[in-house]
Amino acid sequence: MTRLSPSDSASLVTQIKVAPRALNAVPDLRVDVRNLDFYYGTFHALKSVQLPVANAKVTALIGPSGCGKSTLLRSFNRMHDLYPGNRYEGEIMLLPEQLNIVGRDVDPMLVRLRIGMVFQKPNPFPKSIYDNVAAGLTIRGISSRSVLDERVERALRQAALWDEVKDRLKTSAYGLSGGQQQRLCIARALAPEPDVLLLDEPTSALDPIATAKIEDLIDEFRDRYTVVIVTHNMQQAARISDYTAFMHLGHMVEYGATADVFSRPADERTIAYVTGRFG
Amino acid sequence: MTDISQLSEAEIIRSARRSEKRFALLGLSVLSLTMLVLLTLIIDFMVDGLGRIDYDFLTSFPSRRPNDAGILSAWVGSALVMIVTAALAVPLGVAAGLYLEEYAPKNLITNLIEINVTNLAGVPSIIYGLLALGLFIQMFGLGQTIFVAGLTLALLILPIIIVATREAVRSIPQEVREAAFALGADKWQTVGGYILPAARPGILTGAIVGMSRAIGETAPIITIGALTFIAFLPPSPVGPEFPFINFDWLGSPFTVMPIQMFNWVSRPQAGFHVNAAATGLILLAMTLLMNAGAIWLRYKLRRAMR
Amino acid sequence: MPLLVSPRFLARRRLVDRAMRAMMFAAAFVSVLVTMGIVYVLVSESVRFFAQVSMLDFLTDTQWTPVFQDKHFGIMTLVSGTLMTSGIALLVAVPAGTILAIYLSEFAPPALREIIKPFLELIAGVPTVAFGYFALLFLTPLFQTFIPGLAGFNLLVPGIVMGIMILPYIVSVSEDAMRAVPNTLREGAYALGYTRLQTGVKVVIPGALSGITAAYMLGMSRAVGETMVVAIAAGQQAKIALNPLEGAATITAYIVQISLGDVPHDSIAYLTIFAAGLTLFLMTLTFNVIAFVLRRKYREVY
Repeated sequence: MTRLSPSDSASLVTQIKVAPRALNAVPDLRVDVRNLDFYYGTFHALKSVQLPVANAKVTALIGPSGCGKSTLLRSFNRMHDLYPGNRYEGEIMLLPEQLNIVGRDVDPMLVRLRIGMVFQKPNPFPKSIYDNVAAGLTIRGISSRSVLDERVERALRQAALWDEVKDRLKTSAYGLSGGQQQRLCIARALAPEPDVLLLDEPTSALDPIATAKIEDLIDEFRDRYTVVIVTHNMQQAARISDYTAFMHLGHMVEYGATADVFSRPADERTIAYVTGRFG
Repeated sequence: MTDISQLSEAEIIRSARRSEKRFALLGLSVLSLTMLVLLTLIIDFMVDGLGRIDYDFLTSFPSRRPNDAGILSAWVGSALVMIVTAALAVPLGVAAGLYLEEYAPKNLITNLIEINVTNLAGVPSIIYGLLALGLFIQMFGLGQTIFVAGLTLALLILPIIIVATREAVRSIPQEVREAAFALGADKWQTVGGYILPAARPGILTGAIVGMSRAIGETAPIITIGALTFIAFLPPSPVGPEFPFINFDWLGSPFTVMPIQMFNWVSRPQAGFHVNAAATGLILLAMTLLMNAGAIWLRYKLRRAMR
Repeated sequence: MPLLVSPRFLARRRLVDRAMRAMMFAAAFVSVLVTMGIVYVLVSESVRFFAQVSMLDFLTDTQWTPVFQDKHFGIMTLVSGTLMTSGIALLVAVPAGTILAIYLSEFAPPALREIIKPFLELIAGVPTVAFGYFALLFLTPLFQTFIPGLAGFNLLVPGIVMGIMILPYIVSVSEDAMRAVPNTLREGAYALGYTRLQTGVKVVIPGALSGITAAYMLGMSRAVGETMVVAIAAGQQAKIALNPLEGAATITAYIVQISLGDVPHDSIAYLTIFAAGLTLFLMTLTFNVIAFVLRRKYREVY
């Protein structure tokens, strides 16, 4: 449940139209974004954003470019901390442990150990396929060969890459095709078994066939992983997500079950976007 | 979320942060140590040489007695050699840089020139000295003169000026070229009228760095066979009678400050070491000031571009 | 009324344009002439040298006494001195330079980086003869207080000083290579929970490896060709250098030594400095070419 304090809810009504049916449909929250503001220096990029993220479901963030969807996603594992002058206000609560991901006293490293991310462009490390998948494990102090072997294989199988690479695990990751590299990056993120998996337009650099494979994967993750995906492709959001959030100019405009957001949008801007009138 | 990764999470972070801190400390210590070396070097020269620098030291010729010796012929020689070097290296380097950046077609010859410039930048300075000795002095019979020294140092710093020119030209926005061409300017009118003036600060930076390198350069001048005991001045470039300027000094034997310093360092007597330190201090002050000037210029340039 | 341009002006303009183009090409071609001149001088004088001394003796003799009655021409003596000092220089500059480069590219805040890089340039701007003085008259006496058996002329101190001299090049070239590693790779590492150090060591260094190796090669090339420090502080005794605490001549120091004397054009001593120079040129060329190929490689990857 989104937990809005009474004082918050009054001001929120003007900014966010959360369909009641949608909130009821989210019984089990994994992450809850509460009144999140984000600044790039003086630029106010996210404005009092609210977003419930359902456990073991796929949540899609959509909206025209520059709306703040990638900024929001990157806040989930504190990517903005890498660059100076960025500032968060508000909360991103990781549940049930009530950890405020963007809290000032929370170590970004702790957040990143819990929350995995896959980027727009495949970014494998300049190492072997095996070492790429094992990367997140070895920094957690896992050195046992058998544990590593088993985890690497499991992650590669989950990313549907195992059969293609099992005979060349020790070769450079740069020898893979773009689509394979992106699935490798997914395997790398999955190997440490993160609480939440973030996907930032993971198919935008890929051809349609590679895109279909990644979409199939995301479909398989449902019920096992909590996934938040940013996509500029509305059809993709409609195909793969359980819940959809629409953002515009830094505001969270509308959130709900995917079918509802696309078939019965409540806000003018959402209607305009999903019917293709801007974006 | 298996036990292996969950249990030790805090510990992982703590140990990772610890080694990160340790490395940052290591980096800072290496940095401080390097700074310390440079500082010690400067202080060492000040302690040894500062007391020796006075009017007599600057206006006396070398001498067998360390206390009477001075660097008059050396600094005059350095100044004259630098005039030759600048007059040759700057126009040549700028023209070559402009050619490579603005004119050069993508072909084998261009590629050859580019690889060649890169390679020349890595040729040891003493090899340039051998080039001067074998070609300019022995084959062309130019003699051990100010002109040959200036020419040799000019060739040595040519790559520095070429690279600086290319970088300066490359940083000029394409719009400037398009605007000039749109007015009907031809290539040279564009390059000479708009590109070159806009690139001037960047080229100046490279020229200063190159000249500071040349002024402290010793090895190639030794190879040329510059006499180290020169108790006279070259003919003056300016005279009282018409045409007021003469170029006889170009053919004069000479010495320069780094050679004079090297000569004094190699003597066993401590008195000459003091002279060497004094000369070194002047040299050090000049090169450091020139480099600092170039850095400041570049800093201002970058600020202006933003 | 349209402004008319006189055809004579246009013709003159075209002439100027062509002339400038030709002049600039000539200027660019000067660099090729310089290389040709270097190769010609070194090779032609070396040919005269090898007419008198067999290549086999040159490469295998263990003595170098061109100005003595009993003449020997074993270049390996000078090469050993050169490799010893350059090796010591690399032992100093490689670890220090790599640490500094990682520190600059991954740790230092931009403001600090803006200060450190010019400072390193200042070191590179110090005249080499000043470093020679510093090595002979300051560092060697200092080191002698705690290293027993360190000779007044030795290979250790010039080696260390050369290490400091090549440090700025190694830092600057390897940091360039590290900065060329795309930020998407760094973000991938941080997203997995890597620290800056882990990102630097496990992702950035492997990604920049060819560029970093190129930096080491360029540093080595500089050290091999460095002249004044060894000419002043390493001594002039040509022998197979085995002990860094003792002095020995390097190729460059030998060339300086002969140049200081008055050698007749046709003497064998005159020819030796060109044979030694050719050896030096080939050594630095090898390192430069390896560095060139490696740098081109990392520019292709990203």
